[in-house]
Amino acid sequence: MALLQISEPGTSPAPHEHRLAVGIDLGTTNSLVATVRSGVATVLPDAHGRPLLPSIVRYLPDGRVEVGYAAQARQADDPKNSIVSVKRYMGRGVKDVTHIENAPYDFVDAPGMLQIRTAAGVKSPVEVSAEILKVLRERAELSLQGSLSGAVVTVPAYFDDAQRQATKDAGRLAGLNVLRLLNEPTAAAIAYGLENASEGVYAVYDLGGGTFDVSILKLSRGVFEVVATSGDSMLGGDDFDQRVFCWSVEQAKLAPLSPRDMRLLLVKAREAKEFLTFHSEANMTAKLSSGELVDVTLDTETFCRITQTLVHKTLGPMRKALRDAGLTVDEIKGVVMVGGATRMPQIQRAVGEFFRRDPLNNLDPDKVVALGAAMQANVLAGNRPQGEDWLLLDVIPLSLGIETMGALVEKIIPRNTTIPAARAQEFTTFKDGQTGISFHVVQGERELVSDCRSLARFELKGIPPMVAGAARVTVSFQVDADGLLSVAAKENTTGAEASVTVKPSYGLADADIERMLRDSFEHAREDVHARALAEQRVEAQRLLEATRSALKADGHLLSVEEKSVIESAAQSLDKLMKGADHRAIKQAADALNRATEQFAGRRMDEGIRRALAGRKIGSL
Amino acid sequence: MNAVAGKALTSNHFELFGLEPVFALNAASLDAAYRDIQAKVHPDRFAHAGDAERRASVQWTTRVNEAYRTLKDPLQRARHLLELRGVDVAFESNTAMPADFLVQQMALRESLEEAVEAKDAASLDSLRKDLAGEKRRLETQIGESIDARKDYRGAAELVRKLMFLDKLDTEIDLAYEALE
Repeated sequence: MALLQISEPGTSPAPHEHRLAVGIDLGTTNSLVATVRSGVATVLPDAHGRPLLPSIVRYLPDGRVEVGYAAQARQADDPKNSIVSVKRYMGRGVKDVTHIENAPYDFVDAPGMLQIRTAAGVKSPVEVSAEILKVLRERAELSLQGSLSGAVVTVPAYFDDAQRQATKDAGRLAGLNVLRLLNEPTAAAIAYGLENASEGVYAVYDLGGGTFDVSILKLSRGVFEVVATSGDSMLGGDDFDQRVFCWSVEQAKLAPLSPRDMRLLLVKAREAKEFLTFHSEANMTAKLSSGELVDVTLDTETFCRITQTLVHKTLGPMRKALRDAGLTVDEIKGVVMVGGATRMPQIQRAVGEFFRRDPLNNLDPDKVVALGAAMQANVLAGNRPQGEDWLLLDVIPLSLGIETMGALVEKIIPRNTTIPAARAQEFTTFKDGQTGISFHVVQGERELVSDCRSLARFELKGIPPMVAGAARVTVSFQVDADGLLSVAAKENTTGAEASVTVKPSYGLADADIERMLRDSFEHAREDVHARALAEQRVEAQRLLEATRSALKADGHLLSVEEKSVIESAAQSLDKLMKGADHRAIKQAADALNRATEQFAGRRMDEGIRRALAGRKIGSL
Repeated sequence: MNAVAGKALTSNHFELFGLEPVFALNAASLDAAYRDIQAKVHPDRFAHAGDAERRASVQWTTRVNEAYRTLKDPLQRARHLLELRGVDVAFESNTAMPADFLVQQMALRESLEEAVEAKDAASLDSLRKDLAGEKRRLETQIGESIDARKDYRGAAELVRKLMFLDKLDTEIDLAYEALE
């Protein structure tokens, strides 16, 4: 017999409140949203049952935005306005992006982060990503029938501060409450670890569309601990497409291509790459706008040869992660494969050879990140009772430091430090009477500032004039649970309170986000309303004109009463369409349509009768 | 939060984890204590809490992470222990090291340079292995010095030696990266 549970007085639990929380994998090629329902993580499909949302955003001249399959279908026709792989541009300047010359976009090199000129205006990668996130949010809200309490958005583990900040900004811009930025390999490890009740040290090899991560985690009951992470945020499946594309251009001896043809051939290159996963050769055929016909055949051997350097590029980060973890290959219990690009046989082979064991492929490499993110979102939302949840200990991928004399870098927080983390360092003045110090915050592993990524510059002013080296300025770095940095500086010899907090220059200020959010929502509401009104007026006008001309031509088919019913419905619509209530216009239009239903039927009969009569006359 | 608030005032990492201040630390006890505290303070537990709670959680986790990092690393642990005993390892002002130690260090660095020039990963591997053995030997000595003999001055000199070896370890890391 089941025992009834009675809670202690005063500790009575509130009625179970399940918060709607989702995990979002904002991928270079595809994005997904997943949630935990009845304890099981599931990917939420769109209305057509498709789980993936292609990460493609197309801007139209009238300001409309197409996202996903619709944009994908038109990308070759409208390459300049169809933004693919926007993740590559997050928190990046034009000079940071490899193969940018092959992208058909009209780039604007704004300070901090590049922007793209589209038919609907200049857009930042943050805004483009927000469009993708918005679609996923709406999908989730429709499917879960409620507004979301929060979302976990995944990022490549090797994303630096600027890229993370940009991702979080995109989430906020999409109207999401971003509970946490979660590293993609860590999300995969959660999904894998919970699914298989794994214990021990695991490596996650995550080759996505545009980024490569390798993470080493210690899994023990209730704890996921990242020991080391490494990668390359400019290496992914896209680069394999790129190699196939270049190879096909060379094979077919093509002249420089138009953006449209370039995109067309890139799509063909991707298809060929995917085909080679299960076949020994793939045909690439395409008709270019010049009329030229491309028809080449790529075999597995050639594909492996032209992508060999890319595969090799993933080995360095694997060795580095192992070294940082202080582990050898033999100590790794399993290698979890993540990302669609890991389906390529040469990747499977290279990883198998490196770790001297078969990689683990039992979870869908496209979905595992979103599923793990959903599980973490469920925990963060407080939907799992304490004791049944788990602890996640993650690290920063790249060292954080300050520029010192001689353009050298003083590392403040080394890579693979568990977050949240804080560290302070004292600095002093270089000249007598110096009253200000300018700081340059950088991220990276090299000793020279020029080899690292610049995150922020700021000045500390109001230092009392002292001899050189007498001032004591403490610079503190704080990295939060999302891996985001904030820096503060304070002069402490004189007790003078001068402190400053900076955010990396790539991130938007809170006020900017709020303004953009407000604008987009207000515009959205205004847009929807204005568009609906315009559409209804056009429709009403068309209906009225048709009705008038029908009455003029065939009014004799109606009784006086019938005619007056239609006329009064038409008058009512005519009056309402001058107003701004698109719903009222629609109702009146519907009423007029109903009123004219019989009339329309009679006119049809009449027309047929006339036609037959004419024919009869003619044939006789 | 109140239950542990008193511990915030101390900078003694051992106290934070409720551990005896010894060099020969039980790693399993440290891990267990770290995880227990993290389970209470980690920001993941406060993702839906108010701003104030969230801020406090980040501060706490930061503090716990720092303490854990210090105690896990033998060199940092020894420095922290000696600091608690009032002995400053004074690594920057006190660089007078025994001559034979310095000669040995120079020889190790020369082998490192040779391995880098020859792009010889196998030599780096063996150098690292030798270094690991040397570090373990020093760590045992430090443990005896601090825990058994309470010879903190003597321990400080051993810690300074260990710092030399640690630096060499970092250089070997960079050498591996240069090879790739």
